[in-house]
Amino acid sequence: MAIRELLGSIIALIGSLFLFLGALGIVRMPDLYNRMQTGTKSTTLGTILTLLGIGIYRLEWLPQMLILIAFILATNPVSSHTLARAAHFTGIPLTRKTVADKLAEEEHRPIPVEEEEEVV
Amino acid sequence: MKKHTIESWGVRVSVAAVLTLFYFFWTHNHNVSDLAVIFLLAFIVAWGFVTTQTFPRLTPKRLAYSLVYILYLFKEIIKANLDVARRVIQPRIPINPGIVEVRTRLKSPIGRMILANSITLTPGTLSVDIKGDHLFIHWIDVTDIDEQKATEKIVAGFEKYLEVIFG
Repeated sequence: MAIRELLGSIIALIGSLFLFLGALGIVRMPDLYNRMQTGTKSTTLGTILTLLGIGIYRLEWLPQMLILIAFILATNPVSSHTLARAAHFTGIPLTRKTVADKLAEEEHRPIPVEEEEEVV
Repeated sequence: MKKHTIESWGVRVSVAAVLTLFYFFWTHNHNVSDLAVIFLLAFIVAWGFVTTQTFPRLTPKRLAYSLVYILYLFKEIIKANLDVARRVIQPRIPINPGIVEVRTRLKSPIGRMILANSITLTPGTLSVDIKGDHLFIHWIDVTDIDEQKATEKIVAGFEKYLEVIFG
């Protein structure tokens, strides 16, 4: 009994660690698209592990948590894709480190790259 | 026409069954008559919203590939997170970002949607836009801007399974 609760707590803790790294990534990344990368990925695994940890801690909640995980897996990529697409359409600049932008080339638009030098 | 009708009823009944199962897990309500009412309501919802054209027919092979695909996706998600975590904690963030173009062989719209979502969930890639069979993907560490090679690196792993499931 106690071991199961310990296991659940550890899994939830690892999940929150990933959520923290995601937040750190949002602060540290240079442009919107890279922020979106950390924002999607860390929150997905972080949320999944946190919910799973709660489900293992209280076994009677496990089915609910599995349903929540399924919904997060289905909706999380859609929202970040939509945000990235909208950002590209409105011409939010990419960082200076960017090597290619095939989407702008395809639409015959100038590649939106940041102008001022960035302080790293 | 007759066969198609039977199939669409099958899809609606299974969607209603899944929704009822969700309700059951969510509320732990064991009352059979309650579940019957919920199933009826779920069936009305399924009847209104489910279009059968988008669903591929279920075969044992497709079911097996779907399960393998889910496991593969989870492996990729864990890899993606470790990859992002590794990048974030370094003093100088090692990124080489860009938007590349890849091509998919998948035909069905729902297959393409699942492919784009899976790409978003996996290491360092985020789908930005889709035009026909071309996907535009923001890649955090561009190793190849060539369409062919990028396709191999990003799409091929998923396409292998999705082609069977939605093919």
